Amino acid sequence: MTTATSTPAPRAHPKPFSMSLKAKCGVLLGVLYVIYASAQLDVTLARFVAGLGHAATFLNRMFPPNFERYNLLIKGLSESLEIAVLASTLGIFLALPLGLLGARNLMPGWASWPARTIVAFCRALHPVIVAILFVKAVGFGALAGILALTVASIGFIGKLFTESIEEISLKQVEAVRATGASFANVIIFSVLPQVFPRFIGFCTYQFDSNLRNSTMVGIVGAGGIGGTLFSAFQRFDYDYVCAILISIITLIMIGELLANVIRRVFLDNLTIAELFKGKPTYLPPPKVRP
Amino acid sequence: MNRVWERYSLSQRLVRFGFYFIFVAAVVQSIRHVQVIPEFLLDAPEQMADLFSRMWPVDWAHYSGSVHDALIETIHIATLGTIISVLLAVPIGLLAANNLTPNRLINTFARFILVSSRSVNSLVWALLFIAIFGPGPLAGTMAIAFRSIGFVGKLVGESVEEAQRGSIEALTSVGASTGAQIQYGYWPQIKPAFWSIVLLRWDINVRESAVLGLVGAGGIGMALDTALNLFQWNRVAVILISIFVIVILAEIIITRIRQKIL
Repeated sequence: MTTATSTPAPRAHPKPFSMSLKAKCGVLLGVLYVIYASAQLDVTLARFVAGLGHAATFLNRMFPPNFERYNLLIKGLSESLEIAVLASTLGIFLALPLGLLGARNLMPGWASWPARTIVAFCRALHPVIVAILFVKAVGFGALAGILALTVASIGFIGKLFTESIEEISLKQVEAVRATGASFANVIIFSVLPQVFPRFIGFCTYQFDSNLRNSTMVGIVGAGGIGGTLFSAFQRFDYDYVCAILISIITLIMIGELLANVIRRVFLDNLTIAELFKGKPTYLPPPKVRP
Repeated sequence: MNRVWERYSLSQRLVRFGFYFIFVAAVVQSIRHVQVIPEFLLDAPEQMADLFSRMWPVDWAHYSGSVHDALIETIHIATLGTIISVLLAVPIGLLAANNLTPNRLINTFARFILVSSRSVNSLVWALLFIAIFGPGPLAGTMAIAFRSIGFVGKLVGESVEEAQRGSIEALTSVGASTGAQIQYGYWPQIKPAFWSIVLLRWDINVRESAVLGLVGAGGIGMALDTALNLFQWNRVAVILISIFVIVILAEIIITRIRQKIL
């Protein structure tokens, strides 16, 4: 005879990793929003499917790319490159003092807030919109593009430069100050060495982004390859469009490679031999999570 | 031995000087070659003053007329584009992460997709989608979505690669499938990074969707383009102010949300 040990009936456990009510509501809201916004924007499946048919003919007309008008292409590309070089240079030289003035740990309030306001203004509007205003001010051509991208560069580099100065260690600043160094010397010997690597990073990134945008400002008449691209689109010269796009992407990729080389020259102290070996001899330390 | 300490070796110095030389040469060449018409530069202040005087009585009545709807459309384009891009970018980002997909070929292919998405500017994407879907917000939404794939996918892939092995190994040791590994091992780790990436991209997309209309892809850019073409500068002013306000609002919103969820 066995004693009936009454085991309690297994309780129905809730699913251990089921979604919380809040997450479910979030997903539901997301789906509802997508449906609502699609209706508002007149995005329908029928239009989408019809578009796929157009895409086929469109791609058909794009290939093979037509490089016959390479003169115009090279002229536009070189103008874009010049815009990017000049805008980056001007932007970097103007962002340096503004970024320094904006740092609240080094500068008094009356100096930092105007600098911060200028930088915020430069960042607020898209470069293409700024380019429209400069086209009105200085007329069609590369100058408007240079000025528009300079404004964008000031906005970006100025903000990040200020932030990185505000994050420096003040110990070195105090040490240099204790030797009786002048204000300029404090900046040169204690502040700039601490932010130099990040500064190089911002500058190369901004050069890259200026190169991308300089191929674009031409759409509003501010010089560069963008104007050629836009008119090729409007004339349905899709094979020429394809040629332009291929050259733009190539230019941007070369710019990215160049930016990497610059970063390695200044941050890893590359020698000539290392430069041509093409392999990084310096491995970055593994990232440690706090 | 009487060696003087030097910060850089001769070779390192030569590389640096080479770079400086190329930089200066590029700047000089650009200045000489780029076409600047001095007369245009000289009367720039005058033109600017003229511009502001034409903008001055800002045509506020125009806002409720058509700018408001265009502004809402712009926000819809940015938000819907961000949602579509996240849906497309997360799988590609996971394929690009070497620790989750240990296959160099697939990694390279996924990275190639991400790089090409980023290399094409959103205005160019818009032009391409206008040729496919016709002018309108659908083209703008797709342009925003395709442009964002590269950004979101790259950052999601990187944050997956930075995830710590511990919880993933624990999951593999009990025989969890890849889906379960992603859901219970990677997702909790990349969650904060993921939301901040999405919010940041949404902020960028609000800015970008405001200009897409210049090429005909819907949103407030179209209203801007019309006003510019008709030289209605007081309407341009009201449109620029509303773009400015919406950009600032977007930035405040994402800062608030980030403080709340992170």
